[in-house]
Amino acid sequence: MGVVPLSYVDLLLAATLVLLLAGLSVALSLGITRDLLIAALRTGVQLLLVGLVLKVLFAHASAFWISLMALVMVAVATREVYARQRNPLAGGWGIGLSAAPLFLSTFTLAVFALLIIINPDPWYLPQYAIPLLGMLLGNAMTAVALGLDRLTSSAVERRNQIEARLALGHPWQQAMSGLQRDSARVALVPVINAMAAAGVVSLPGMMTGQILAGTPPMEAVKYQILIMFLIAAATGIAALLAISGAARRLFDERQRLRLDRLREPN
Amino acid sequence: MIPASPFQGQTIAALATVTVIIGAVVTILEIERFASRRHGFADVPLSAVTLEIRAGEVVTVSGPSGCGKTLLLRAIADLDPSTGTAALDGQHRDQYSGPEWRRRVGFVATESAWWSACVGDHFMTPPPGDDLSALGFSADVLARKVADLSTGERQRLALLRSLGNRPRIILLDEPTASLDHETTLRLEALVREYVASHNCSVLWVCHDLRQRQRIADRAFEVRGGVLHPVDKSEPQWVLSH
Repeated sequence: MGVVPLSYVDLLLAATLVLLLAGLSVALSLGITRDLLIAALRTGVQLLLVGLVLKVLFAHASAFWISLMALVMVAVATREVYARQRNPLAGGWGIGLSAAPLFLSTFTLAVFALLIIINPDPWYLPQYAIPLLGMLLGNAMTAVALGLDRLTSSAVERRNQIEARLALGHPWQQAMSGLQRDSARVALVPVINAMAAAGVVSLPGMMTGQILAGTPPMEAVKYQILIMFLIAAATGIAALLAISGAARRLFDERQRLRLDRLREPN
Repeated sequence: MIPASPFQGQTIAALATVTVIIGAVVTILEIERFASRRHGFADVPLSAVTLEIRAGEVVTVSGPSGCGKTLLLRAIADLDPSTGTAALDGQHRDQYSGPEWRRRVGFVATESAWWSACVGDHFMTPPPGDDLSALGFSADVLARKVADLSTGERQRLALLRSLGNRPRIILLDEPTASLDHETTLRLEALVREYVASHNCSVLWVCHDLRQRQRIADRAFEVRGGVLHPVDKSEPQWVLSH
């Protein structure tokens, strides 16, 4: 069975549902209408653009273009992580401590999955490499953004507690231990919930897509399990790296809490 | 003069130990051209301070709100960046790690902060029963919830929490602001007793001039952004402000 093709009219019909939600948001004064509409518009434009890019990329499976695409994806994910925090670390550190964990965890795991587990020919075959990296990055991005936002916001809110511990001679790791744990939990809860609910509460998106495209259900399920494990590992590693790096950056060489290293909230 | 090198620092520390034995005056804390840099170099309310605090001394600092008293204490406690030099028992601050310095320089903030639900979780070792009773507590206070304590009770326990490190100098930022008169006197007595029994010293920010009269061996006031000594023989000792 092949895919039932969708027309642009079908997509517009779906878009009216988002407009209805926006109308509801206005009626209830939720204050998220603008964000909702911009996000929906971005979904449409970005996905259509990426569709065009993938079409070209799939036609020319070149390692150079795939690497370039991957780096652009990391750059955009980094920007999203930075934008989603209320008090991100200022300057290059804020960007570096988002980009490096995302890059390290998702690239390492994507290459591991491509070379060792899936093993397509060539191993960087874009039909596998790009969607795989995209799923890992998308989830890791959310986890890193949630974790860093919780960490830096909590450091601001609980400054007195942290400094009370520092004043008693506690090292920074001890003064921050509760905050780091909380932040890691916040970062990892979505992926843990997704794994726990997979197949019972919801059919994961990738598996649904494969089934809709005619893949036998058991093959789709195996891919979905693989992807979910990779996502769990990638989000966990990225979030823990980002949280521990940012926590260290909140203290200077004398282990003083340096909230002046955070960007002023907008 | 504050030593410039670690070697000099050790030498001075050794000399300081000798002078304790022969009963001479021992400097606990020495700061020189010292100022907070919490807000960078702009808007520093209190200009650089040079000060020596000796063993057994209680030194008070008074001044209007916002004049930089708390910033000075925080900078001495190494909670904020600073300029100038600071030495403890003859050893330059750089010879201590941040946590080591802060264990020896105990800072008690105006408002105490607590990070765990139970009082006892905040003490590495339970405070001596005598210290607890001196401040009006029984030993079972350690099993109580922090949320059930009054502001004054928290403030007194925060002092005991800091004394648990056996600091060489205690920096107190208006520690009796939320206490009644009787408890204030008890806390003053406890601090006095601690200073005498441990041969350490106290730098105490206080607004209450009667309290200053009771506790201070030496007093300073911030006027016009500068720390001025207050002479005990002058009427200002009691009557200023």
